[in-house]
Amino acid sequence: MANVIIQEEDVLIKEQGYDDHFHEHHHGDKYQAGFIFHYIFSMDHKIIARQFLITGIIWAIIGAAMSVIFRMQLGFPEESLAWIKPFLGKWIVVDPATGIGKLAPEFYYALVTMHGTIIVFFVLTAGLSGTFSNLLIPFQLGSRDMASPFLNMLSYWFFFLAGVVMFYSLFLSTGPFSGGWVAYPPLSALPQASSGSGSGMTLWLVSLTLFVVSVLLGGINYITTILNLRTKGMTLWRMPLTIWAFFVTAILALLSFPVLASGFFMLIFDRSLGTSFFLSDIFIAGQALDRVGGSPILYQHLFWFLGHPEVYIIILPAMGLVSEVLSVHSRKPIFGYRAMVYSIMAIGFLSFIVWAHHMFMSGVNPFISNFFVVFTLIIAVPSAVKVFNWITTLYGGNIRLNTPLLFSIGFVSMFISGGLTGIFLGNSAIDIQMHDTYFVVAHFHIVMGVAAFFGMFAGIYHWYPRMYGRFMNETLGKIHFWGTIICAYAIFWPMHYIGMAGVPRRYYSFDTFEAFKHFNDLNKFITIFAIIAFFVQLLFVINFFYSIWYGRKMKTKNPWKANTLEWTAPIEPVHGNWPGNLPVVHRWPYDYNKDEREFVQQHIPLKEGEIGDH
Amino acid sequence: MENIVLNKRNKIHPHKFALWAAMASITMMFGAFTSAFIVKQAAGNWLEFSMPVEFFISTAIILASSACIHLSFKNFKKGNERHYKYFLLGSLVLGLSFVVFQYFGWTALYAKGVDLKGNVSGSFFYLISGIHALHVLGGIAAMIVAIIHAYSLKFIITEQRINRFDLVVNYWHFVDFLWIYLFIFLIISK
Ligand code: HEM
Ligand SMILES: [Cu+2]
Repeated sequence: MANVIIQEEDVLIKEQGYDDHFHEHHHGDKYQAGFIFHYIFSMDHKIIARQFLITGIIWAIIGAAMSVIFRMQLGFPEESLAWIKPFLGKWIVVDPATGIGKLAPEFYYALVTMHGTIIVFFVLTAGLSGTFSNLLIPFQLGSRDMASPFLNMLSYWFFFLAGVVMFYSLFLSTGPFSGGWVAYPPLSALPQASSGSGSGMTLWLVSLTLFVVSVLLGGINYITTILNLRTKGMTLWRMPLTIWAFFVTAILALLSFPVLASGFFMLIFDRSLGTSFFLSDIFIAGQALDRVGGSPILYQHLFWFLGHPEVYIIILPAMGLVSEVLSVHSRKPIFGYRAMVYSIMAIGFLSFIVWAHHMFMSGVNPFISNFFVVFTLIIAVPSAVKVFNWITTLYGGNIRLNTPLLFSIGFVSMFISGGLTGIFLGNSAIDIQMHDTYFVVAHFHIVMGVAAFFGMFAGIYHWYPRMYGRFMNETLGKIHFWGTIICAYAIFWPMHYIGMAGVPRRYYSFDTFEAFKHFNDLNKFITIFAIIAFFVQLLFVINFFYSIWYGRKMKTKNPWKANTLEWTAPIEPVHGNWPGNLPVVHRWPYDYNKDEREFVQQHIPLKEGEIGDH
Repeated sequence: MENIVLNKRNKIHPHKFALWAAMASITMMFGAFTSAFIVKQAAGNWLEFSMPVEFFISTAIILASSACIHLSFKNFKKGNERHYKYFLLGSLVLGLSFVVFQYFGWTALYAKGVDLKGNVSGSFFYLISGIHALHVLGGIAAMIVAIIHAYSLKFIITEQRINRFDLVVNYWHFVDFLWIYLFIFLIISK
């Protein structure tokens, strides 16, 4: 029976599809011949997506391992870390008398910095948006590939190079950069400021400049493809929410990353050419420097003009994936499709005019702060609209409680918890107490870190069959979900209390502060859960790689009974995505349980008298 | 780049669209430089200096170069091979002279005592004009490729060649207008 349906669909695309004369221009899979061009220097969006994903997973493991190490220092400052000396070498200082090994304080800062940089840029930007924009934009829009497959390939390789440079910096004898992921001057502007400020910072800048190039090449491609290469019938208002999210994400990236680049250029000038854009009245080791006239606040403006949109560059793709997964697995149209699209746009727009909420305590004019307070709080409105729509989509649905759906629900939960604390922080008066404490750490890890990871996991479990032709293991997936969500709340919930008490973030040790002593047990608790969380993620990694070769095979084209076009393409991926004609689109992607029909795919024509769209 | 799949319903070529997106991105970068300039200037401790005459000359040159490449493109589409090539060469020569005059401008500025390492106002001037010059060099590289095409390929007017040339022309006009904006900005805000 199932086979018959597949046959019918093929006929539909074959007979009524859109003929773009694809195979007349293209001589088969010529440029994909051979292993090297197929898997390594590939220009096929499906392969590039997997390259982004696997590179992202590798970086995620590295970044997470770093956090476990610095959490052990925070939770168990008196325990010996001598056993990791084989990995970290001189960064573990062993006391010859007692034999107790301690993490070197400089390296603690380096680990915190690298953890942030790696997770924010390499994992949650490249690994998330890079993977799914590449996979889904051409597939869900019914295009053969990206507008420029060549630039697309370059985008991946610039990311790869950025990674190589950053990885190399981990092994410098002076250590990698250690001034925080935001790289504020003067620590980032003066090579002599700290041990990581020298070569470590130089490589950090090189790496992130390459990364900016990668993001821009990718973003240009995504926007161009979405606006120019949609198949026949795929109007903007028929695009799945995933695509809307990737679209606005790419616009944000295209407009904000260049601003970061200009900040980087000025840093490079300050570091190497002796200018003083960001420097004034600096004393190092009691000596006054002759660098005057600049302003470190200027850097903060440039950084956060990227930095705030960047957090939405991270979360919007996750939101898009979650919207799609929620709708498919609760067998209901997404609630408020247009409201969702307008909220994405509103969030995108507002994200450009709130950046100074990261600088309330940096000495910006309090009247200017008010302006930023208002716009910051307004972001809560479109965010709440989205949350409401997700929950309403679930309500009364025919829910399939599988791993992708669980992670999507987890996403919504995390986004609510973390979004609420954002509203506290957005008030400049409350921020006097909260700024640079663990409260901020809790806020952004929940709302961005964990939520975006959940969106990514939902996407991976859901689209895994589309990527590898096999399924990931459900049981392991469910253990992974429950383990992760419990650990995530156990780690970050207590941090709110620690933060409210005023414990500052980024400190190596709290031993000497009488006021913070009573948090020792809570810190241990957090660290224990961080370690468990790390091992739970290994389950995912094992599941992921095991399933590539041994997972349950995908037998039908559309295992989830979803409406979007990627599930009409052959199971065995082909160059150009569809062997003959392209599917023609007749309806929006959310026709679930419509007029007695369980689901109706986008390329199925309207029946006589049927009212299309929404 | 050959792999681009043209969709016959497109009004604008995807590569051209991509170029425009890239221009928007470059514009943001210079927007950031000039905003930083304004913010820093408002904070005081700002050295004022007048713009050396070399920069006025270079501005005239880059305008002329833009006009040249425009004529070259027109002649290409009309099928006038000789003029197409002359104007293209002319535009390249003018483009190179622009960079040379920028360099003269910098040395004149330095002679006046405005040092890159000195007051931030001078640093900004060198930074902005320097990074702009890098973008011009990118345009010159593209123009050289166009010239190699002009002299090595048989002269035929195909849609593909028009599209390619159009990209070079567009980018060149863009760096030209970008400079006009920066020049006026730097004159007005000193
Ligand atoms: C209702 C929405 C939100 C509001 C009102 C809000 C507000 C704030 C404020 C005021 C801060 C600065 C706190 C300080 O440093 O003292 C902050 C930090 C942060 N927020 Fe949010 N936020 C919201 C949602 C989000 C979302 C959705 C994300 C990411 C997806 C996010 C990511 C971050 C990050 C990464 C930081 C800290 C950066 C750092 O200092 O290292 N926030 N938020
Ligand atoms: Cu923000």
